[in-house]
Amino acid sequence: MRSGVIAKKLGMTRLFLEDGKQIPVTVLQLDNLQVVAQRTADKDGYTAVQLGAGTAKAKRTTAAMRGHFAKANVEPKRKIAEFRVTPDCLIGVGEEITADHYFQGQYVDVAGTSIGKGFAGAMKRHNFGGLRASHGVSISHRSHGSTGQCQDPGKVFKGKKMAGHLGAVRVTTQNLQVMRTDSDRGLIMVKGAVPGSRGGWVTVKDAVKKPVPANVILPAALRSAAEAARKAAEEAAAAAAAEEAARAEALAAEQAAAEEAALEAAQAEISADAETPADGGEKNEG
Amino acid sequence: MNLIAQIEAEQIAALGKTIPDFKAGDTIRVGYKVTEGTRSRVQNYEGVCISRRGGSTLAASFTVRKISFGEGVERMFPLYSTNIDSIEVVRRGRVRRAKLYYLRSRRGKSARIAEDSTYKALDAAKS
Repeated sequence: MRSGVIAKKLGMTRLFLEDGKQIPVTVLQLDNLQVVAQRTADKDGYTAVQLGAGTAKAKRTTAAMRGHFAKANVEPKRKIAEFRVTPDCLIGVGEEITADHYFQGQYVDVAGTSIGKGFAGAMKRHNFGGLRASHGVSISHRSHGSTGQCQDPGKVFKGKKMAGHLGAVRVTTQNLQVMRTDSDRGLIMVKGAVPGSRGGWVTVKDAVKKPVPANVILPAALRSAAEAARKAAEEAAAAAAAEEAARAEALAAEQAAAEEAALEAAQAEISADAETPADGGEKNEG
Repeated sequence: MNLIAQIEAEQIAALGKTIPDFKAGDTIRVGYKVTEGTRSRVQNYEGVCISRRGGSTLAASFTVRKISFGEGVERMFPLYSTNIDSIEVVRRGRVRRAKLYYLRSRRGKSARIAEDSTYKALDAAKS
């Protein structure tokens, strides 16, 4: 089990695909997502990574949290969340996770705090049908109906669906497909809607109800790893270029040598040609 | 520009569509890609554009109304849909509304739209 990510919901847009389909997508952004702390089995009894995202003003961060961030040697973060991981997927403190953590077509679960609706009636909150528009119903068209029986049991059962506060709770949307990622800007586009309002924080994890794909990056797609890979690629490219140059040089040298040899041979031939008729003349004379 | 607007602008640029200058009241011909089984062809749909919404954003759309076999038919197209092969302006109409929903309750002579003979093409730089 690898770590998830903390993302900021930027908003929704659509993608026009080549086959004429339109896909509604939610754009999520990874903003300075870094590992702030680790939880280990011998110290805490479980293994997890604590991630932090966004940037907070140091002045407005409490001294305790400033100390916590200073220990990890990271900038103060706006949002912090813990992700349970298996011991082999622990990530070093201070590492930055990039949007390549997810690949196109992968399924993810996104959790966030839904938009608060305040005190809502039974129709909006529980999809009740309400009362009739006419036939003697007065001023209670959107009310719920009966809430129970009579003197026996003489109470309203616990958990009865009634009017009350709606929204502003943690909601998880499962099995959303990743449509596109952009590691330069830290963007993940997932198909469909995601709980919460624009600018809200959500957590993204590999879908629990789908098998883990074989090509996920373990333990995580890290900025340092990407940098190392880029550097290695650059070095390899440089080495290849050097090799190419060396080969070209060798080839050129070889060519020059060959040309020289050819020139020499030609000269020798010319001189030989010059000599042969003389020889022939001599032979003829002889 | 916020990031969503930037992403949409990039997508519009990547789609590389040239949208002619048209507005409500113009008669337009839309070439729409239709896939039947495995083969696809372009179907033309010609009628009066009765509304445009969304400006030039990615989510923009327009509605085309025509009378087909005596029955009014309206079809809404996303402006940047990849299913749209071409948009052609057949006739420029002179109207005083942005949305011509009043045409729905009219038939025949009263549903005519006068031709706009004073139409000036937009500057290439502007459009």
